[in-house]
Amino acid sequence: MKDELNLEENQLVRVLRIIINDYRLYLLLLPIVIWYGLWFYKPLAGLLIAFKNFQPNLGAMGSDFVGFANFETLINGAFAPQFWRAFRNTFVISLYGFIFGFPIPIILALFFSEIINNFLRNVSQTLSYLPHFLSEVTITGLVLTMLRNSETSTGILSSLLINIGFIEETTKVVQNADYFRPMFIITGIWKEAGYSSIVFFAAIMAISPVLYEAIKVDGGNKLQEIRYVTFPGMAPTLIIMIVLRIGRMLSVGFERVILLYNANTYETADTLATFVLRIGLEGGNQAVGAAAGMFDSIIGFGLVVGANFISRQISDTSLW
Amino acid sequence: MQIGLSRSERAFKIFALTLVGGFSLLAFFPVVYAFSASISGKIAYETGQVLITPVDTTFEVYELIYLDKGLWISFINTLFYTVFGTVWSLFMTITGAYALGKRRLLFRRMFNFLVVFTMWFSAGMVPLFLNYTSLGVDNRWGIIVAFGVQAFNIILMRSFFEAIPHEIEEAARIDGANEFQMLLNIYMPMSKAAVATIALFYATSRWNGYFWARMLLQNQTEQPLQVYMRILIENYRWIFDDMPPDLAYSPDSYIFAVLVVSIIPVLIVYPYISRHFAKGVNLGGVKE
Repeated sequence: MKDELNLEENQLVRVLRIIINDYRLYLLLLPIVIWYGLWFYKPLAGLLIAFKNFQPNLGAMGSDFVGFANFETLINGAFAPQFWRAFRNTFVISLYGFIFGFPIPIILALFFSEIINNFLRNVSQTLSYLPHFLSEVTITGLVLTMLRNSETSTGILSSLLINIGFIEETTKVVQNADYFRPMFIITGIWKEAGYSSIVFFAAIMAISPVLYEAIKVDGGNKLQEIRYVTFPGMAPTLIIMIVLRIGRMLSVGFERVILLYNANTYETADTLATFVLRIGLEGGNQAVGAAAGMFDSIIGFGLVVGANFISRQISDTSLW
Repeated sequence: MQIGLSRSERAFKIFALTLVGGFSLLAFFPVVYAFSASISGKIAYETGQVLITPVDTTFEVYELIYLDKGLWISFINTLFYTVFGTVWSLFMTITGAYALGKRRLLFRRMFNFLVVFTMWFSAGMVPLFLNYTSLGVDNRWGIIVAFGVQAFNIILMRSFFEAIPHEIEEAARIDGANEFQMLLNIYMPMSKAAVATIALFYATSRWNGYFWARMLLQNQTEQPLQVYMRILIENYRWIFDDMPPDLAYSPDSYIFAVLVVSIIPVLIVYPYISRHFAKGVNLGGVKE
């Protein structure tokens, strides 16, 4: 075999020979290559339309090239007010989601680990994960119905909020822009906090019990135990989860926004992804939509790379 | 244990149990409430008497559900998408993960990067949509084939495969096993737990899939349960106007009943899910 490979043989032939000799392995790779080619990398080429005056009947190639004109309509043209509103909302919602949503799973994990009774712990953990496995449509369906406040019926959550004096009797939470963000973020916590706590719980469980005994012998109290044993022990997991979370910041919850928002709440609810959906697909401005989507993707990608870079600087942990 | 469990520690544990228990009960409450509200009488529901358990129990609303042909068609469609979609996704994931994990694979790093990259970047909704429509993804099989492969799961599967001792592979190769036999007879049986975990991930995401099915499917008879349910919720007012006023239940009860129908299958497989998935999450969270 080695003798046949003479030096004049060019690389392509050599590569082909390796592949043919090992063709079964490459056959196994083939499905995934085709799949990502068709459904991920081919549409990347479709981003070209962000730089064109896209006419569906002419296609992406046939349409006229217009440079950055589509981006300009977004940044200071006809779509600018809506675009910047969506931009601001995306950041504000993600930020609130992070501030309120991120610590809760950690606290839950900490408390789960305090429950010594296995049965009680399993039951409460299992119950808390359940909403994660329900669909966004089911979850938002429950939320919307429980928050309904119409002349014919008042949902249980709306009655509760009225009774504790949090809202007026006529307030329709779902239709009110002031309440969108809390509604969205609390729904998210309900659905995901229990499930997200698993990773942290596993990290806490992996900490050696010897360390806990040591700090007890030294006379440390509970808070010192958490401060000096638990947190350092789960630090790598924490950092990875923060990196992952920041990387996903802009994309998270797009389906949930569509399902919870409506024309009355665009002011606080419309995000980049929903803006792209309405302008680009429902409104027929594909090129502008593609430009806004590209903007979204590039910022998202930048966030991942940035977060990873920072985590590598401050610790040994990184994603790649 | 003698050192521990001082008074303060005991108090802390009780506090933790109360808080966590409260959260868990609260998380589960809407499911219980939806069921109770769906079988409560109209007046009891509308005057706010239903809190946890049903009041004036009537199962009439489920008779209506039983007769709702559209609902059952969409239910069966969802079963179809879940079963075939999971099989398809597993096939792609397992073959891909096996090949990507092999050190001798040419351009291995590049292929792995191209897979991981899909987690961090996306062409965006418009190019994706145009691509789907231009390739004819507007029917049942399109939804099965064009969706459901997740890079995260490929990497998870790959790291399971990579953990299988090299000696086993060598022994099988000496016995004359080729690549296909290796995967089918050695790798798959040795990572049953991982395959089951990933199958569950895929099955739940197929069961819950909504957005693209709504955007792409042209034919109403092909839409999954999630889409049917959402349209029902959006048309609440219209359902309400269509319902005779002397019904035994509130229109809300109807919505809750449909939601319950979508929850029940998840509850049935849930004990099985909760046993399996924790393992998968832990592995995936740390190693990428």
